[in-house]
Amino acid sequence: MSDQEASPTSGIIKKFLYVNRRAPHGSNYAQEGLEVALVGAAFEQDVAMAYIDDGVFQLKTDQDTSEIGTKNFSPTYRALGDYDVKKIYVEKESLEKRGLTQDDLMPLVYEDEDDDWAEKPMINLVSAAELQDIIEQSDVVLNF
Amino acid sequence: MKFSVVVNEGPYTHQASDSAYYFTRAVLSQGHEIMRVFFYHDGVNNGTRLTTPPQDDRNITNRWSDLAKEHDLDLVVCVAAAQRRGIVDEDEQKRNSKDTNNIADGFRISGLGQLIEAGIQSDRLVAFGD
Repeated sequence: MSDQEASPTSGIIKKFLYVNRRAPHGSNYAQEGLEVALVGAAFEQDVAMAYIDDGVFQLKTDQDTSEIGTKNFSPTYRALGDYDVKKIYVEKESLEKRGLTQDDLMPLVYEDEDDDWAEKPMINLVSAAELQDIIEQSDVVLNF
Repeated sequence: MKFSVVVNEGPYTHQASDSAYYFTRAVLSQGHEIMRVFFYHDGVNNGTRLTTPPQDDRNITNRWSDLAKEHDLDLVVCVAAAQRRGIVDEDEQKRNSKDTNNIADGFRISGLGQLIEAGIQSDRLVAFGD
């Protein structure tokens, strides 16, 4: 991503929400969706991620792709905090339907610059209704 | 109003590129502005000039090229997605020592930052995908 250049954006800060709906492997929407979030950090926007439906599997611990010969990019999610993404919303109903709890998800954290760089959890479990409000309050919503 | 359009699927398999094309035309015909059309995921496959559909079918790539020429559109293919899928312009050909290139008229290859910038600067960012 070294060829990316932040363009002048005249000080506009918008709320970006990346909605991830698909399982991490089986298609590359998850991987390329993650790349957008990381590149977007250079633009100093207000960025949040949402995980719904099979998208919740993207945050699952202990992913292992060695048997299917694809790249295991799941460690990259741990970098989100370093790229100024502080909010991750995971839809409760989607987790429950798949027999998952928050304990099955990677413990993602960010360092809070307003609190002596203390590590804070990034993942917030929200209901479908709450997520609806979050989507409505966002300026730019991209689905992956 | 200023619009940008995102195309996330390739031509022919999905309707996304067709819908995005018709949407873009409609936006222009209503007197609005298209800041950029950004091709991502398999959407980058819309940008190869080597496409040769049967004569009785639409040529999706040429259609985009013609529209770009007519309205001076900025058609941007994501470089990371393009490299994975073999969409190559002259610069990329040299940089990666490839024996040819295949980018269609009116398309250019650039970074994902162009997508973020479109989101920031447009009044509406409208995405077409599966």
